[in-house]
Amino acid sequence: MWFYEKKLQYPANVRRCDLAMAKFLFAQYGGPDSELSAAVRYLTQRYTMPIPQAKALLTDIGTEEMAHWEIIGTLIYKLTEDATPEQLREAGLGDHFAQHDKALYPHDAAGVPWTAAYIQATGDPITDLHENMAAEQKARTTYEHLISLTDDDGVIATLSFLREREVVHFQRFGEALMQVQEHYQHKHIFC
Amino acid sequence: MHDYRSMVELLKEIQALEFGVYELALFLDTHPGDRRALEDHNRLVSRLNQLRKAFEDRYGPLRLDSESPYPYRYINDPWPWEIQY
Repeated sequence: MWFYEKKLQYPANVRRCDLAMAKFLFAQYGGPDSELSAAVRYLTQRYTMPIPQAKALLTDIGTEEMAHWEIIGTLIYKLTEDATPEQLREAGLGDHFAQHDKALYPHDAAGVPWTAAYIQATGDPITDLHENMAAEQKARTTYEHLISLTDDDGVIATLSFLREREVVHFQRFGEALMQVQEHYQHKHIFC
Repeated sequence: MHDYRSMVELLKEIQALEFGVYELALFLDTHPGDRRALEDHNRLVSRLNQLRKAFEDRYGPLRLDSESPYPYRYINDPWPWEIQY
């Protein structure tokens, strides 16, 4: 089970209302390589991991991704808080307003709704861990794109933290992959 | 307002400590035999528990399984997305 902790993992401040940046940030809120995809991907794959290290890692990184999803949601909430419908429309968020007002509905930067088709869980731990390493790199790249789209130092500080977490998660998944491979070599099972 | 800033500063200290705990926990998931990392983890956990207790005594529960004074204080604003850090 899970308990909610009533705080963010990392502070999230914005200097001003910036609707264009809010629209871009939806990439990491409900896009293919978003924090939501990461959380659902890892928390789904963990059941079929063969060794304790991998079961623990997928559980804990999956949980951390939920916290990152909350941070991205907070940035979008703060960036859009003071906006009028007219301003949202001018920033390309008129479609969003028509369907969701300022609710934090999970879609990507272009408004495409989140789908489980963004993730995979093959039941093959070697394959799944490779997918996760690729996912962390894709998320790192997306954060670099997002950082280059803003000059708000509050937003940049938070996105830089999230970018660094992708690098650490990639490293840990790589270690788990080696341990799973060793596990199968030891058992003489071809996978 | 002064109390709000104190609340945020204590929250940031908790965030920093909890970051250390989480980072070491992920490392320990794949390195369960690393004694030094485990000692660092346990030391930070102990400090984190003290700070969390100090925060909750002053500003209210961070979790629904924390004890609360009457009336139930967990629900109170600000929620995490409303705080100016």
